[in-house]
Amino acid sequence: MEKHDHVLVVFPHPDDEAFGVSGSIASFIQNGTPVTYMCLTLGEMGRNMGNPPFANRETLPLIRKKELTAACDVLGIKDVRMMGYRDKTIEFEDNALIAKQVTDVIDELKPTLVITFYPGYSVHPDHDSCGEAVIEAVRKLPESERPKVECVAFSNNCVEELGEADVSRDVSTVQDKKISTIEAHRSQTAGLIAGVKKRLKANEEELLNWLQKERFWTYKFD
Amino acid sequence: MDPIDTTKVQAVIERFVDKDVYIHLETTNGAYASHFNESFFSAGAYIRNGKIRYTRGKITGDEPYRVGLKMELGWIYAEGITHWELDGENRLLMAGYDKDGKLAVALQISETPFD
Repeated sequence: MEKHDHVLVVFPHPDDEAFGVSGSIASFIQNGTPVTYMCLTLGEMGRNMGNPPFANRETLPLIRKKELTAACDVLGIKDVRMMGYRDKTIEFEDNALIAKQVTDVIDELKPTLVITFYPGYSVHPDHDSCGEAVIEAVRKLPESERPKVECVAFSNNCVEELGEADVSRDVSTVQDKKISTIEAHRSQTAGLIAGVKKRLKANEEELLNWLQKERFWTYKFD
Repeated sequence: MDPIDTTKVQAVIERFVDKDVYIHLETTNGAYASHFNESFFSAGAYIRNGKIRYTRGKITGDEPYRVGLKMELGWIYAEGITHWELDGENRLLMAGYDKDGKLAVALQISETPFD
C-alpha cells in the first residue's frame, strides 16, 4: 500500500467513515500513518433509533457521539474533530466557511492524502456539500502543495459518468476491524450487521467483495 | 419511547395549553429514498424551535395517531404518530416509526428550547 505522512478524512456523519472507508483507515494506521477525522455533524437526524430502539430524536446525538468515539477507538484514530454542524443542514450553511475550516486543518497537519465524498455523486446532500467544501479547500492550494484527494461515490450514475474508480484497495487483512467499526455505530447499524454476519458466514461473494475492496475516485483538479 | 396511550398523551398535550412552547416538527422519507427507488418522490419538512402557543391540542385516530394543535391564527398537525415519551426535561416527544423501525415523523413540545 502507498505510504502517506498523514491522512485527513472529512465526512458529515458518524458512520460515513465505517462503510466504504474504514478498511483503508485501519490499514493506514496499521502502517504507522496517523489519521485525522473531521466529522461535521453528529447525525442528529438519523432515522434509525436502534434495533430494538433505544434512542429518541433528542438522545440520538449524544448516543451517536459515543458511537463515533468507539468507532475511532476500534480504528485507532486518535484525532477526531467533531465540527458541530447539524445533520441535514450542511448544504444550507456557508460552504466557504466549511472550506476555510478544512483549509486550516490542512495547513496544520499537511496531510498527503484527503478522503471525502465526491461532490455531485454521493446521494445525500450533506455528502455532496461536504465534498464540495473539501475540494474547494484543496483547489485553493498551490498545485505543488495539494494533497491527493480520494473520493467516495455511490450515486446510481457514478460509474457511468466518472468511469470506474481508479483506486481499489484490498482491505481483507483488516476485515474484522472494519466489521467492528460498523458495529460500533450500533444505533444505526444493528439491523444491518446481523445480515452482514449471516452473509459472511455463508461466504457470499458479493458481500466479501463489498467488505474487502474499497474503491475511490482520485479527484482531478482541472 | 412507548407505544401511544391516547389518554396519557392527551393529558400531557393539555399541560402546554396557553403557554409559550417550542416545537420540533419533522417529516422525512430519508435521504436515500430516491436513491434506492428512482421513481420515489422524496419530500419532507423540518422546523426546530418554532416558538408558538396553542389554545387546544388533541391526539386522535387509531394506530397510527394524529396530533393537532390549534393556535390563535393557525394549526400545526402531524400524522403517523406511533410512540411517545415525556422525557427527563418534561418535554413531550412524539414520533412515528415505520415498519422497519425508522423514524418517519416527529412532533415534540417543550417549554424550553431544544438543543
